[in-house]
Amino acid sequence: MATSRTRILSGNEACAEGALAAGVRFFGGYPITPSSEIAEELSRKLPRHGGIFIQMEDEIASIGSVIGASIAGSKAMTATSGPGFSLMQENIGYACMAEIPCVIVNVMRGGPSTGLPTMPSQGDVMQARWGTHGDHPIIALAPFSVRETFDLTIRAFNLTEAFRIPVVLLLDEIIGHVNEKLTFPDPEEIRVVERKSGRKINGQDYLPYRVTESGVPPMVSFGEGARYHITGLAHDETGFPTNDPEKIDQLLRRLNSKLDAHRDEIVEVEYSNMDDAEIGLVAYGSTARSARYAVRSAREKGIAAGLIRPRTLWPFADREIGAYADQVKAWIVPEMNLGQIATQVECASRFSRPVHRINRVDGNPINPVDILKKIEDLV
Amino acid sequence: MFDYEQYLRKSKMPLIWCAGCGDGIVMKAMLRAIHKLQIAKDDICMVSGIGCSSRLPGYLDFNTLHTTHGRAITFATGIKMVKPELHVIVITGDGDATAIGGNHFIHAARRNIDLTVILFNNHIYGMTGGQVSPTTPFTKHASTAPYGNIENPFDISGLAAAAGASFVARATAYNAIQLEKLIQKAIEKKGFSVVEAMTPCPTTYGRRNREGTGVDMLLYQKDNSVPVAKANKMDAEELQGKIVTGVLVDREKAECRQEYQNLLDHFSKEGEVDS
Amino acid sequence: MKTTSKVKKPRIEINKEWCKGCAICVEFCPQSVLEMRDGIVHVRDLDACTACQLCEIRCPDFAIHVIDEDK
Repeated sequence: MATSRTRILSGNEACAEGALAAGVRFFGGYPITPSSEIAEELSRKLPRHGGIFIQMEDEIASIGSVIGASIAGSKAMTATSGPGFSLMQENIGYACMAEIPCVIVNVMRGGPSTGLPTMPSQGDVMQARWGTHGDHPIIALAPFSVRETFDLTIRAFNLTEAFRIPVVLLLDEIIGHVNEKLTFPDPEEIRVVERKSGRKINGQDYLPYRVTESGVPPMVSFGEGARYHITGLAHDETGFPTNDPEKIDQLLRRLNSKLDAHRDEIVEVEYSNMDDAEIGLVAYGSTARSARYAVRSAREKGIAAGLIRPRTLWPFADREIGAYADQVKAWIVPEMNLGQIATQVECASRFSRPVHRINRVDGNPINPVDILKKIEDLV
Repeated sequence: MFDYEQYLRKSKMPLIWCAGCGDGIVMKAMLRAIHKLQIAKDDICMVSGIGCSSRLPGYLDFNTLHTTHGRAITFATGIKMVKPELHVIVITGDGDATAIGGNHFIHAARRNIDLTVILFNNHIYGMTGGQVSPTTPFTKHASTAPYGNIENPFDISGLAAAAGASFVARATAYNAIQLEKLIQKAIEKKGFSVVEAMTPCPTTYGRRNREGTGVDMLLYQKDNSVPVAKANKMDAEELQGKIVTGVLVDREKAECRQEYQNLLDHFSKEGEVDS
Repeated sequence: MKTTSKVKKPRIEINKEWCKGCAICVEFCPQSVLEMRDGIVHVRDLDACTACQLCEIRCPDFAIHVIDEDK
């Protein structure tokens, strides 16, 4: 059946479409506002694509089922919001430790606790980075439009499969629920990454956590003949638990550095009007829409404002922002939290210029006019 | 003559468990059952949570997954949904499955997904040093119930039955032959199957409750087990302190993965992908 | 039941590395074939062994094997 190549979709629907385009074959989730449309879409579509949808009993079970499905060989995801994301944290750590690919979508709402279920927030940026205990790497992406939600969902799957690390897709309630035009790219234009080595490996020679040059060991799915062990305990190359300090150290250092060589391909940043910018804005997600409007208005008034928009939030775009540390005279970081990324901008710019914060935590988006006013105040 | 070693990862031996612990007896009964069913090692996925019994899969030459505390059933659910051809066996304990993982346990039973749960019930948190568990009997002592347990315990098999499991059975480490037969039936059963294996923990439970060594605790099981047919004719008072053994539930009902397969087959016949 | 007398005696193999000395095998042997010595199980009276394997079935540590050539 032919489908229209251009449709009006919400961000949540675009996320489901992106997941399907990336080859998702398992969704395990639990209803929570404002993310539920992702589950609803996939409950309808996955059976038609030969994939599995299951509604679990809570978010802990959801992420557990996702990790299990991934171990069994499926591209797997869940979608949730702040409270559910909190519940998932222990097993996100498991996925970091055992290096199981999975995508976790968090459509952010106001917190802490039950907070503001139907209102937008960007309050989970730090939870995405440090929600689970122990040193661990993480990748988090933050789209700012419906089309970008589609693209970054595909990218989230590509990154998780390539690097065997959980990828968090941080939408916010505005992005999740806004309806925009989405022109689907041709399937052949979409780059889809498959897991390294799904091949059957004979006998017991397979070393599941072999230290490879890339730092990312190939992964054989359960049931393919390798018969190996996976644990959340500190383990050696064989996958079995170890108490050997040298091996533990080797594991933790490898895990925490495996993105390093690929950092520049993972970190995506969009620059607008930064070449001669004296006032630099850093904004992400729906807030970047207001920031972009404010920069455009400022430019019309002859003010040299520019915008850096990280599409990848973690690893943080510190070098990209740091490159402008001496050029700009002041930074402005609007965000729907009380300054989670502003602090990162201060570090990235080595505290060379003041970082002005525009924060809202009342469930309302940041108005472009408020950003423009701050820009004008600084001139 | 049965060659257990064909299933062992011998380099990981000896077992981590204490002298007199019954977990190894249950483990061997399970291996005999698996052998009788002639299931290929590649086709078994053994998933555990956290605790003494949950260390079991690491010793066995299957696809083995040691997950987080209480969550084995959730991981197992993901695996079973993706690869229904695998025999997914969950190894868990009383605390793992019915305290921290209680919600997953009852929902897997309700969903009736084709998993086999071997639940090692030793009435205590052994690995962490003997804290009170959801199955510690009333008045019994634990490191966190120093004055005796003031709470009532779960009847795990009853819980599984009430939640909707297809197959529920209970046996003791003492009666390892019965245990083997029940585990065999549980694996064969298509649907959520639970075998509650009563196993002694002499180190953190027996000692604290003056129940003696592993030998003494197995002798207690011997003297206090009642087959379910006989138990049905006994009243509550007579059943006090008794262990009712045998098949407690064996029923046919819709199994979740098969129902999903029907849906997949329907759409693949229809050949319509987009909607 | 076969009436022919046993040609070969059963063999009992004990893995001393794996035995933890719990004495479960000793207790549940109906013929008192086994005994504890220095915290490890030993064969006391092999002639009495009927190869019933109750020791093996209950050994939690995979440490005792009864090999009956007749079976």
